Amino acid sequence: MAFNYDQYLRLEKMPTLWCWGCGDGVILKAFIRAIEKMGVKQDDVCVVSGIGCSGRFSSYVDFNTVHTTHGRTVAFATGIKMMHPDKIVVCVAGDGDALAIGGNHTIHGARRNIDMTLIIINNFIYGLTNSQTSPTTPQGMWTVTQKVGNIDPTFDACALGIASGASFVARETMLDPKKLEKIFVKAMEHRGFSFLDILSNCHINLGRKNKMVSAMDNLNWIDSITMPVKKYNELPEEEKLNILPTGILKEDTKVREYCDMYQDIIDAHQGKRSNITQDDFEKKI
Amino acid sequence: MADTREVISSGNHLAALAGADAGCRFMAGYPITPSSEVIEQMSDLLPKRGGSCIQMEDEIAAVAAAIGAGMAGHRTMTATSGPGISLKAENLGLAQMCEVPLVVVNVMRGGPSTGLPTRVSQGDVRQAKNPSHGDYRSITLCAGNLAECYTETVRAFNLADRFMQPVFVLLDETIGHMHGKAIIPTPEAVAAGVVPRKQFSGAPEDYHPYECESDQPAVLNKMFEGYRYHFTGLHHDKNGFPTEEIETCRKLIQRLEDKVMLHTDELELNEEFMLDDMTGEEGEVLIIAYGSVSLSAKEAIRHLRAAGIKAGLFRPLTLWPSPEKSIKKYTDLIKNVLCVELNIRQYTEEVERVSSRLDIEGLFKVNGRPISPYEIVSKVKEVF
Repeated sequence: MAFNYDQYLRLEKMPTLWCWGCGDGVILKAFIRAIEKMGVKQDDVCVVSGIGCSGRFSSYVDFNTVHTTHGRTVAFATGIKMMHPDKIVVCVAGDGDALAIGGNHTIHGARRNIDMTLIIINNFIYGLTNSQTSPTTPQGMWTVTQKVGNIDPTFDACALGIASGASFVARETMLDPKKLEKIFVKAMEHRGFSFLDILSNCHINLGRKNKMVSAMDNLNWIDSITMPVKKYNELPEEEKLNILPTGILKEDTKVREYCDMYQDIIDAHQGKRSNITQDDFEKKI
Repeated sequence: MADTREVISSGNHLAALAGADAGCRFMAGYPITPSSEVIEQMSDLLPKRGGSCIQMEDEIAAVAAAIGAGMAGHRTMTATSGPGISLKAENLGLAQMCEVPLVVVNVMRGGPSTGLPTRVSQGDVRQAKNPSHGDYRSITLCAGNLAECYTETVRAFNLADRFMQPVFVLLDETIGHMHGKAIIPTPEAVAAGVVPRKQFSGAPEDYHPYECESDQPAVLNKMFEGYRYHFTGLHHDKNGFPTEEIETCRKLIQRLEDKVMLHTDELELNEEFMLDDMTGEEGEVLIIAYGSVSLSAKEAIRHLRAAGIKAGLFRPLTLWPSPEKSIKKYTDLIKNVLCVELNIRQYTEEVERVSSRLDIEGLFKVNGRPISPYEIVSKVKEVF
């Protein structure tokens, strides 16, 4: 029997404002399936989004939902999570949201390793506002703010996540919803900051002017620039330049989660344990 | 049992203590002079009481995290100074639009820009009125002595939950860093005065957080308790979902205006010092001042009275919305009016608007130093 999404959707908000063929819907469905698989109650989940096409994600799913300001998703979610360490908090952000205007919050949420899942829907462009350059727009592509070709170097989102200290970092594409569903479950079950770079298409505002007029053209391009990390690791160094590895790129279950560590602060203040010292940490500097 | 206690503390520490006693359980901040002592104090007070206090990566994140905790249903605060408010402005607008209660303590320093970080100013009074774009009404309280750093912060928490929006508490560097004795309410007395935000207790399908009387705030239930709704900074419908429907948009913004402006009687709080004997006769002097400046003004009034000049002070504790009727009453009665501010005309312009008078005298100081009683006495003798 086909999976019934109705329970998790705000059906009266359909149709979505996403364009025909947009990957955001595929990602939304995979997310719902992941929640169903985990068997958690809708009341125990909070979805926080930012601004952009991905920002509308939160209004379509029937959880506790917050549509915040541009780029500040992780910061708002931090306040929610710290007051409710046992709830599932999911941030949905775009590439501009999480890596440009909100880059600082992405870095520091990951550094704290606070237990939330950041889903970056990375479509390589500012789609909602009609084709301005994003931090992941490949150099040489056409954008409305760089009509003779983009010169801005691109971000490798996952490299940023790893360097910032996120304890779970993965990349998948919307080409494989099954893999997406699995990675969402793993990320949400992981206690710590889960950083997901989910590649998606925007044939309307990225593709149209960059020789990827249809959704399929755009998806084929995503397929051509990605490769499972195991295969990727076997590539000669010079061939890695133009490939983004997919799958789990980092998984550290030993590093402590922020709310758990904050409980130590509460305990120390309440005399239930001694003060926290460097001896409590393996990493001293 | 006495419902007050004597403490020796500072303005910033008293603001923090007030928050903790008023039931605040989350604070997020970022270091900034001259307000840092508020979060330093809260980082001890909150975990002791089972709450959380977090130093965020920047001012924007600090207010965002605080609003997040407020959305989840908890009493929450942040503290900063002028440059921090400038950075927080956009998210304060989101809190106004989503109707999330939040207390924002602003310990004012010299501006604009980096200004005079360690020196006093009242330069953020105009900013407090409209820190973010769009139409909404700011509620801004201003402490004029040590005890009020405590009592006004407590009042701010109760007003935030009553009006469901951010409430500013303005301190200034002088009062924030002033140390001394203060007589403040006991924690029990504060707890007894707490009115928590309204909650809907019917069936979830009957719950419409933003469907309320045209002059009343939203009723936002706590998160994770079975009432799933939506927060958005976009214009929204009765359940919080984005809409561009013409009448819904108009009603929403009009309600943000009316929920405050039709209930200013619940907000107004003034001190009237040596105004009882004013009759409107020639030579009487009305001084209007607020915050730490009012301490100098009171001292000046004692000197002026000793010298035979009948002077008195009108001091608003709620700066925004301004106490229009009270200002009008005294400016109608008394001919000689002097506004004293550590800025240039920021509240004087409001007094001019409310009184419809353009002959209001002003004593303004913007060099980062407090105004002395002597300066006020001299100014009164010079202009009247």
